[in-house]
Amino acid sequence: MKKILMLAPLALCAGAALAADLDAKVAEMMKTSFKANGIASLDRQVQDEIQKACSSPNDPDAATMKRLEEAQLATIQWPADGNYTGGDWKEGAKIAISGRGLTWTDASPDNNGGGCYNCHAMDPAEVSAGTIGPSLVGYAKLRGSSEEVVKYTWGKLWNAKAYNACSNMPRNGYGKILTEAQIRHVMAYLFDPASPVNK
Amino acid sequence: MASPMRIRAASKDGVTEVRVLMSHPMETGQRKDSSGNPIPAHHITELSAKHNDKVVLSAQFGPSVSTNPYLAFKFKGGASGDKLVVSWVDNKGESRTDEVQVS
Amino acid sequence: MRQKTIAAVLGAASVLATATAVTAQDLNFDEYRQMLADGNPAELFEMEGEELWRTARGPKNATLEQCDLGLGPGVVEGAAAQMPRYFADTGKVQDLESRLMTCMETLQGIPSAEVINGKFRQGERGKIASLVAYVVTHSNGKPIAVDLSHPKMKEMYAMGEKAFFYRAGAMDFSCASCHGEDGKRIRATSLPNITTAKCAAEGWGSWPAYRVSNSQFWTMQHRLWDCFRQQRTAEPIFASDVTIALSVFMAGKGNGGQAVWPGVKR
Repeated sequence: MKKILMLAPLALCAGAALAADLDAKVAEMMKTSFKANGIASLDRQVQDEIQKACSSPNDPDAATMKRLEEAQLATIQWPADGNYTGGDWKEGAKIAISGRGLTWTDASPDNNGGGCYNCHAMDPAEVSAGTIGPSLVGYAKLRGSSEEVVKYTWGKLWNAKAYNACSNMPRNGYGKILTEAQIRHVMAYLFDPASPVNK
Repeated sequence: MASPMRIRAASKDGVTEVRVLMSHPMETGQRKDSSGNPIPAHHITELSAKHNDKVVLSAQFGPSVSTNPYLAFKFKGGASGDKLVVSWVDNKGESRTDEVQVS
Repeated sequence: MRQKTIAAVLGAASVLATATAVTAQDLNFDEYRQMLADGNPAELFEMEGEELWRTARGPKNATLEQCDLGLGPGVVEGAAAQMPRYFADTGKVQDLESRLMTCMETLQGIPSAEVINGKFRQGERGKIASLVAYVVTHSNGKPIAVDLSHPKMKEMYAMGEKAFFYRAGAMDFSCASCHGEDGKRIRATSLPNITTAKCAAEGWGSWPAYRVSNSQFWTMQHRLWDCFRQQRTAEPIFASDVTIALSVFMAGKGNGGQAVWPGVKR
């Protein structure tokens, strides 16, 4: 009886050690199995806090999620002049539809697409829209354009992980995928009453 | 030299079904390469199929046909062991002829 | 004569018209794929692969007819359905492509570095793709039957599963970002949920495949390489551990499902 009691904690420790060992091996593999090519350098293989915390089938506990989200929220750059939606929705449409940029075959990190249509429906006339994210058809028509909605949307575009630490959505502003001006164009695409998204 | 075709010919109830896969780029002449230069047209222009020595199909191909074209057709007649020959010529004058026995 | 020409042209036109109608209706390409399956141009690669298998090549001027794909030297029938597998002679878990690389090096004297440092669809790596087309054709219709009992296979499976969920790169994506939920799409492309046995089998069992949209034959190594490109990671090295681990994970998860090889994709 005593022996069993002694063995049980030992077995648990061994299990935890094995799991940590496996994690370390995987992290190592995710570096050694890759090579730098063009703008896709090897530091892309090293995980930041968010990537590390969101690399299992289940999200971290609520307290961890909240802590991570607060840290991400602090990274958001709000427009200094308060101009959130003054972009050109037609430019926004181009950014939303383009999924180009940041692969090892892209020469320069400039002028990336937002890849919005990869995952979201926006203009109902565009049938080739993905379904990984929620439909954004009628975005401002349904939600209105209150300061709260506008600010949330800017923040979500800049760093989606501020609102859901393990969101599938890339951190467009924080990750330098899109520039501030590009995000403003996408904002116009979502909020301008003339945009097909709101027709 | 062009790669061989894959030809299947099967006869059933007095009708032979022929299926041909051709290995060819079928370049239209309308496309440009990464530096913006037009890619010259390169496509099959004529194709013929002979059962023994009799032509059973002749076709004109053009740039609207896909890369690695697939062609299926049937003709009356043909029996197991007969010879079926398919030939094509392209706009660069290259050609290819392959033959199979009807099964 | 003229009539027959017209009939052939009309045939092609009607295929196109039907495909367009399907796309517009429900973005479902299954019917289109069925139409493509008869006359899959992957067969052209298979023919080339079969010839390569029997052709004496390389510094040692040997064929691949003594290559052991796990079922004994020269046995091609059913071999691909049981890969990746652990090979005692190399002490490694190998997928079909890395095993062919070993055979080319040991039997023919063709250095593996030529494949690893090469480019897809070119040179020796291109030849491996044709050999893959030949070998997988001889497992077409067979159930996926990967033996996970060896400790190295178990470890590769566990690492593959972890790698599947490993987020990295400029856009924080993992494989699971796109392949972790049922019924999702990127643009018009349906995404299999590879965390389920059914979809893992569909995914693993439908590559390698001929892609009609670009007229290219892609192996699983090529497929994974382009997945990582779109994930915005650094470039995976050909036949590196991560590609083998993910392959073991997918094939093992899909065990029992049917292999439809070589596949055809839009």
